[in-house]
Amino acid sequence: MKNTEASCGSRVARATLSIAFAGAVLASTGCATVQNPNANDPFEPLNRTVYRFNEGVDAAVMRPLATAYQQVVPQLVRTGVHNFFGNLGDVWSAVNSALQFKFGDAAQNILRFQVNTFFGFGGILDIASDLRIERHREDFGQTLGRWGIPAGPYLVLPFYGPSTLRDTIALPVDRRYDLLKQVDPHDTRHVLYGARVIDTRASLLRVGNMVEEAALDRYSFTRDSYLQKRRSDVREGRPDPGAGQTPREDTVPAGQPTTAPSR
Amino acid sequence: MKRRDLGRWAAAATVLAMGCAAWVPAYASEEAPDALIKRISDEVLATIRADKSLQQGEVSRLMSLVDSKIMPNVNFTRMTASAVGPAWRQATPEQQKRLQDEFKVLLVRTYSGALAQVDDQSVTVKPLRASPSDPEVVVRTEVRGRGDPIQIEYRMEKTPAGWKIYNLNVLGVWLVETYRTQFSQEINARGVDGLIASMSERNKSNARKG
Repeated sequence: MKNTEASCGSRVARATLSIAFAGAVLASTGCATVQNPNANDPFEPLNRTVYRFNEGVDAAVMRPLATAYQQVVPQLVRTGVHNFFGNLGDVWSAVNSALQFKFGDAAQNILRFQVNTFFGFGGILDIASDLRIERHREDFGQTLGRWGIPAGPYLVLPFYGPSTLRDTIALPVDRRYDLLKQVDPHDTRHVLYGARVIDTRASLLRVGNMVEEAALDRYSFTRDSYLQKRRSDVREGRPDPGAGQTPREDTVPAGQPTTAPSR
Repeated sequence: MKRRDLGRWAAAATVLAMGCAAWVPAYASEEAPDALIKRISDEVLATIRADKSLQQGEVSRLMSLVDSKIMPNVNFTRMTASAVGPAWRQATPEQQKRLQDEFKVLLVRTYSGALAQVDDQSVTVKPLRASPSDPEVVVRTEVRGRGDPIQIEYRMEKTPAGWKIYNLNVLGVWLVETYRTQFSQEINARGVDGLIASMSERNKSNARKG
């Protein structure tokens, strides 16, 4: 078991390095087919390619599977499945809350896990939410962010989707301490992994449809939403008085010409 | 005889009461921003819960709900202008109007799907962290229902006509910021007319789907 874990970790490390290398090669060849360069996205050409690949896999495999799951499996069962995996996630969230010195949040996450596991039949019932015990979702990427490590460039990972350099580095840590890894029969573990992926994709079906309708360019819409959400998750709760202020364009400041030279 | 008099009396009383209500002086519109958000949120949720066709996502009815209850409290011109960016001032008034119209359809169409899912949600408005003399505030709310709570924040400015929303944040994502990039990509490629055309195309294909 330990050997597979070690090789798993080095496999991910190798994958990350090769992505970074490919990106560096592309960037250095001056692959400037990017019309609107974004400071957070220096690897945009590579990212767009991976994004298209992910969309293809999603359209061919994940979305049909998740849609069928939603249509075939009764709501009660789906909610139970969702609660079960959410419950497992609360433990890692508790660890990360503690690592970020948010001990109140850690206590609530642990309490959630205890209540739901003992009184909720192993996490299938989400009693803790009915008792208004708050969930504080945390992962190692957010912990690194709290410790002061900047997000770094935007990266689209094959299969995993939107990420940043920091979050990609944190990914192996999240996977290493994933509770599902402890499940012993090899086959049961893989069935559970599969179920979790389908559950996650099904819970994002509506969001996916919304992005399709709301975005003029899905790639940049996903990127900007992801980066904003991550920034907000890391700074969670700390007041941001300048939030949402945008320069107003609808009135002309005194002294400026009302028309600019035509484009 | 008695019933008819009673009826007339009730009608007169109602008219009198309505007249008094209408006479409430103008400074009642000095509603605090957080009270305003709470009121509109509750009204919108209550309307949707009471109306089956809205829950089924009928777009024209959702549009009229948005127009009547939400838009009067939004400075949509400022919202659109900020999203369009510097090109706004170079646009003709006609282009500006079309930009606003298409943007409104895009937003309502897309986010009406979220409104249609309303069943037992409730909105909590968090205490306002602002001094009474601030010309701009951020009102933070939380929508609780089934599943994880959703944080929604409104950036509002004080105008002579009361507080108006000009930016919206859902789960950490600011609407204007996100659309600024979307719009600038289009404008750089095909100009303001290209942006209007793209939005119009998108609205038509969304209408065909839904």
